[in-house]
Amino acid sequence: MAEHDAGSSVPALRTERLGRRYGKAWGLRDCTLEVPDGAVAALVGPNGAGKTTLLEMIIGLLAPTEGDVSVFGETSRADTAQSLARVGYVAQDHPLYRDFSVADMFHLGRAMNPSWDQKLATARMDALDIPLNRKVRRLSGGQKAQISLTMALAKRAPLLVLDEPVSSLDPVARLEFMRDVMALAADNALTFLISSHVVSELERFCDWLIVLAHGRVQLAGPADDLLAAHRLLTVPRATQDTELPGLIIHRSDSDRHSTALVRTDPVRLAVQGQAGWQADPVSFEQLVMGYLQRPATAATTGDPAPAAQRPGPSTKAVTP
Amino acid sequence: MFRFRLDGSSGVPPYLQLVHQVRQSLLLGYLQEGDRLPTVKDVAADLVINPNTVVKAYRQLEHEGLAGGRPGQGTFITASSAPVPPEAQENLRASLEAWLRAAEEAGMSDDAVTALIAAARYDMRKERV
Repeated sequence: MAEHDAGSSVPALRTERLGRRYGKAWGLRDCTLEVPDGAVAALVGPNGAGKTTLLEMIIGLLAPTEGDVSVFGETSRADTAQSLARVGYVAQDHPLYRDFSVADMFHLGRAMNPSWDQKLATARMDALDIPLNRKVRRLSGGQKAQISLTMALAKRAPLLVLDEPVSSLDPVARLEFMRDVMALAADNALTFLISSHVVSELERFCDWLIVLAHGRVQLAGPADDLLAAHRLLTVPRATQDTELPGLIIHRSDSDRHSTALVRTDPVRLAVQGQAGWQADPVSFEQLVMGYLQRPATAATTGDPAPAAQRPGPSTKAVTP
Repeated sequence: MFRFRLDGSSGVPPYLQLVHQVRQSLLLGYLQEGDRLPTVKDVAADLVINPNTVVKAYRQLEHEGLAGGRPGQGTFITASSAPVPPEAQENLRASLEAWLRAAEEAGMSDDAVTALIAAARYDMRKERV
């Protein structure tokens, strides 16, 4: 497995000014981001934020109106075999044929994918104790999720896209599924892009964070660096926005004091901070929720290069 | 084999929790020089956390000189610490428990106890300077 080392390695995923219009409305616009090889990236956003649009363009189901998607340096074109082969996809609710057996599903996978790894598929069923002759309709939710994941893995695709993979599972099946994903991430140098609504669970799974809202990328980069670049400030109510050190992401006022999520750095904080102000580190959830609650106007005009100024050798800048 | 745990509600970043546990276990004698730490994959699967978090923790431990990687074999504890002898530790624990019981009987809350310990420690350090 690889921690995303700096250097010449090609990112697993890169989108540049990617956009998709539905009639007059843009489902996603100006989306530029990068996910390094070996990362487990979380894609977070409310319904209608453009998540599915983005995922469908990445896996090659939907053609962009503008911009590019590239997977491991090669531009993806919708509906071409090469593009489809490089991305494994685990769809929400795990659509499988109810009357097929597990073996039938694998047979289908083999017929559709030139690089299908039957050994891997059957070995995983063995390890999970799922008989190959079991009909899909008789599988539990967790087992169906495992079949979907196994089908994506057996394609031998280096990038795996998981759309809300655990939203339909009970807590135990959820944990077991993610345990498997974490072990796979450790073993095979696979790159994962996981979309999810369950923000609180993501922190432990993901080392890369992408927040989408209003059809735009709000935040993208290594989770640790993004956390370090924000503070939760508690200041007197009368404090003007312009006095706050950094970009205000979210502010809530009470009678006497205000709390503001601010993108800032220690130097700026030390210079502009005032006595009586309190600056606390932010949690993963506070960070994500702060960006998700940003009004649409701020979201489209705000911080254009959130991920560009990242410190540290273990990270890569997204070229805006 | 050493086993890590994770406290989701502590607010401490997961990789730092792993680092703290190794440091603490060294002090308490649960970990000793030459012990092998579990593989990145095992920790990732056991705790259901991102493997890069474990890699980051192990790097930090190497950086601090507490652990070292041996190619193909894993990560091993390299620091020898002088742990407090078990007997002394038991005695200290017994007197601490007695004290904590007394604090509880006096109606002190957990937060008040923590604050009192921090304050006492602070004063002791000041005296030393």
